[in-house]
Amino acid sequence: MKPFYALLGVVVAAGAGWLVWASRTTPAAAPATSGPVPVAADGFRGYALGSDSAPVEVVEYADFQCPHCGEFAVLQLPTIRQQLIATGKVRWRLRDYPLGSFPWSRVSALAAQCAGEQGKFWPMADTLFLTQSQWGRSSRNPSGFFRDLARGLGLDRDKFDACLSSARYAGRIEASHQEGEARGVTGTPTFFVNGRPWPDEHNISSDRFKQVVDSVIAAQHKR
Amino acid sequence: MRSRQAIALLALIGFFIASYLWLYKIGAIGVLKCGSGACEAVQTSPWAVLLGVPVALYGVVGYAVLFLVALVGAQPAFARRRAPTVLLAALASGGLIFTLYLTYLELAVIHALCRWCVGSAVVITVIWVVSLFGLKTWGAGGVGVARADRLPVSLPPP
Repeated sequence: MKPFYALLGVVVAAGAGWLVWASRTTPAAAPATSGPVPVAADGFRGYALGSDSAPVEVVEYADFQCPHCGEFAVLQLPTIRQQLIATGKVRWRLRDYPLGSFPWSRVSALAAQCAGEQGKFWPMADTLFLTQSQWGRSSRNPSGFFRDLARGLGLDRDKFDACLSSARYAGRIEASHQEGEARGVTGTPTFFVNGRPWPDEHNISSDRFKQVVDSVIAAQHKR
Repeated sequence: MRSRQAIALLALIGFFIASYLWLYKIGAIGVLKCGSGACEAVQTSPWAVLLGVPVALYGVVGYAVLFLVALVGAQPAFARRRAPTVLLAALASGGLIFTLYLTYLELAVIHALCRWCVGSAVVITVIWVVSLFGLKTWGAGGVGVARADRLPVSLPPP
């Protein structure tokens, strides 16, 4: 029995040491905040698509480097735009929630904000998601790639460069992240429909969105 | 006894793997050492949470239970009891089924394979095989060994 317990001791020591080492060498992002939902210093609440008078607002917390966000943006969002946003049923608000586990989450969020400064947030957001596999797996900072994207979208490259290199909107992005944490967001994409958490965590298809939005609108009409 | 000891050791390894993923999920660890983005893709997916509880926590609890049952079963007082062997086989089978479901999600739904999840899948599969082996040898020879133990060490002189 003695060798067995010695072996158990070795495994416990190695395992515990490994966990402690992992938590110290890759510390987590800033802890979740409590209390009131933080707001960016400039009062910015995220870019929105769709009519201001839409009966339903969907808020999406997303990370441009998150593969699921990319998959959702490429496969589901075009149909949602066509069926729900263009028809005036939904106003879609995109909030940054950089995950901390991806190296280029924040710089990609900055690229989108800097494009937004020149009125091209959504084209840049779409392009970032579409090209995610090209820059997301890179071990080098993809800022140069983002500059090329900006040029391709017809942005003023000097202005974009100045914005990106000065991290002009880092405060906005952090405020958005803190807002997400305060609302209980732990992963991406996370959705809120008229302020309520998305009811079906395992189904974020465009069909399910149509179903949920239609039921919310039907409930509004009954009142 | 040997199979229970082996399961205790394997369950302990599985416990640390699951703990690592769980600590990442609750934010105590910032970045998963994975070698690719696949672990983050899996761990940040909607399927990383089941009934409001991180899937990794099910692993932590499951491995802890397996470890405790195996450890208790490995004590001399329980060596001749069949219940721990049966319980370990049942727990390992449940764990294996759950792991198969999670691996299916990774391959067919999430389209990303987390290396740590694969590690855990290997551990639970080996535990399952060892538990079945323990069950089989118990039926075939375990009881016999116990009976042989009761025989006098040396025959009395004629």
